[in-house]
Amino acid sequence: MIRLGALAVGLLFVVNVLWGAIAPREAASPDMTKELHKHPKHMEWAHNGPGNLGVFGTFDRAQLQRGFQVYKEVCAACHSINRVAFRDLADLGYNEGQIKTIAAEYDVAAIDSNGEPTTRKATGADKFPLVYANEAAARAAQNGANPPDLSLMTKARPDGTNYVYSLLTGYSDDVPKGWVKPDTLYYNPYFHSINIAMPPPLAADGQVTYSDGSPATTDQYAKDVTAFLTWTAEPKLENRKETGMAVILFLIIMTGLGYLSYRKVWADVKKA
Amino acid sequence: MSFPWAKQYQPTSEVGKWMDERLPLARFVHGALGPGYPTPKNLNAFYNFGVLAGVALVIQIITGVVLAMHFAADTRVAFDSVEHIMRDVNGGWMIRYMHAVGASFFFGVVYIHIFRGLYYGSYKPPREVLWMLGLVIFLLMMATAFMGYVLVWGQMSFWGAQVITGLFSAFPVVGTYIQTLLLGGFSPDNATLNRFFSLHYLLPFVTFGVIILHVWALHIPGSNNPTGVDVKSEADTVPFHPYYTAKDFVGLGIYLILFAAFVFFMPNSLGEPDNYIPANPLSTPAHIVPEWYFWPFYAILRAFTTDFLGVPAKLWGVLAMFASILLLFLLPWLDTSPVRSNNYRPLSRLLFWVFVVVAVVLGVCGGKPAEEPWVRLSQVLTAYYFAHFLIILPIVSKLEKTKPLPGSISEAVLAKYGSKSGGGDTAPLAQPAE
Repeated sequence: MIRLGALAVGLLFVVNVLWGAIAPREAASPDMTKELHKHPKHMEWAHNGPGNLGVFGTFDRAQLQRGFQVYKEVCAACHSINRVAFRDLADLGYNEGQIKTIAAEYDVAAIDSNGEPTTRKATGADKFPLVYANEAAARAAQNGANPPDLSLMTKARPDGTNYVYSLLTGYSDDVPKGWVKPDTLYYNPYFHSINIAMPPPLAADGQVTYSDGSPATTDQYAKDVTAFLTWTAEPKLENRKETGMAVILFLIIMTGLGYLSYRKVWADVKKA
Repeated sequence: MSFPWAKQYQPTSEVGKWMDERLPLARFVHGALGPGYPTPKNLNAFYNFGVLAGVALVIQIITGVVLAMHFAADTRVAFDSVEHIMRDVNGGWMIRYMHAVGASFFFGVVYIHIFRGLYYGSYKPPREVLWMLGLVIFLLMMATAFMGYVLVWGQMSFWGAQVITGLFSAFPVVGTYIQTLLLGGFSPDNATLNRFFSLHYLLPFVTFGVIILHVWALHIPGSNNPTGVDVKSEADTVPFHPYYTAKDFVGLGIYLILFAAFVFFMPNSLGEPDNYIPANPLSTPAHIVPEWYFWPFYAILRAFTTDFLGVPAKLWGVLAMFASILLLFLLPWLDTSPVRSNNYRPLSRLLFWVFVVVAVVLGVCGGKPAEEPWVRLSQVLTAYYFAHFLIILPIVSKLEKTKPLPGSISEAVLAKYGSKSGGGDTAPLAQPAE
């Protein structure tokens, strides 16, 4: 009885789904976005270590500081990094005094002694403030676009670190034939919808002046700020990998000893 | 437990005796996981995965309880509280990555556990209830994992909640009521997040309870084994402790090494990047996909594209998705072959491997956007999924010519290892220990 019922139900589902499989369907219209869209370039990163494997490797402190400089002088005009606190900058190699100075460049909301809203200088305990008070303010100022917060950007996109670098260096003036690009948008094949509202942020060599002698090129800016944004998204990366090494070493020794005792316990059983 | 030669618990100390007469907890453990549980001596590594699943659940509960100390179930701050855990809570990043990766590993381990049961016929009499309790655990896990994923309140959390609860709206008359009840409103919002948090904390303990029943049901007939032949004598078994505690410990070590490799070196490789974007009800992600462990069922859901017999395609998809799991409850009565292990069922074994491939490729289809060739492929594979259990297996199990079974577990072990030591058929029962 059960098997007859099962047979009936089975046939119902099988015929149904196969009917759907052979049913004619509209031919997929050619999707130009998909054709033009490019996957991120594969770059080598200091934090991925030898072979770019991601097993070893630490952040390059000097690069993070340069990246922070690029962020501050270029990106910060529109994009916040609201999940990062000023005190976190200690990871980049800044000392307490430097962090205080950096924080003091920003104003954050406060309440004065009369209970009136006011602003005060930020301290190490504050987070980087938002650029716009809310989404509506951002869209009003940005021609309808809403510049996203960048704190988590390299984790919020597939292959995020490479993606951010590719996007920053992927602008092109050669718009392919047949592709419609409104004048207010820019052509960038690494962006999911190709047309992006953000103007090329790293437009010219020399735009940011480095003090450590690194090449002042747009490519170098893009690499540095991408490394910085990888840190803002995953500030515990080095701690994580270091802990992982110790944990795995411990587990290998533990498992090895476990295997030896397993052999000893089973020695008299295997063959009889 | 159930075998007459099982070692009886003997309290050695006065305190032990005193306690044993009042609450025989030590006796219970001794009989359940200790020297008092005779276990077939030929269990291979695949029999390790039940214990691993238990460990995976315990890891989830421990890390989950700690995460709940810092998580805030409020749509305005849920995402921020998760990032607070990642950045500001001491070791918070490790706890959260363990919990997120742990969910994937839990499912991975349970899938291997289920496939092991399918291959060796562990659902067959007298283990039907054991099998069904396992399926109940699987369903509880799925509900728990889904609700936990929503708690992060990222983009995929929000839209996943929208899509999955929306499935219930396919049912006529009661559908929208069910959806409203699940969400606590008309779309995912604070009420949704709060009830999901409450249930996400509750269900693992319910799961734990069902696992106790599952293990209890296991101890009535004892473990199945790769030959599928019943235990006949003491020579067929070894005490669970120290033999399988030692063996499972090695498996656990290997499992933890793999787990640590993911937690510490590629913690986000199993997740969707979209869930690092805070939930936005006004912006739908391009591709809404669940986590990988739901992909095969998601593919079945989307495989039904045409209205059939006056029932809309969406409802067919929902019915098929639920049916794809519920039909497993009937498996003990669909597969009627008296031979358990596929080692002795050549045709069933071939079909088993076909099914494994079908299930894996269905998973691949489920992770892809709903476009060709993936839709058509998942339709054909879905047809096979249902045909396999409901049509092919019942017929094959009736007609199949099986290979001769070994007389006992010991005989099978000797046939495998005896030839290596050159013993041959001279003295199969009195093989000296080496």
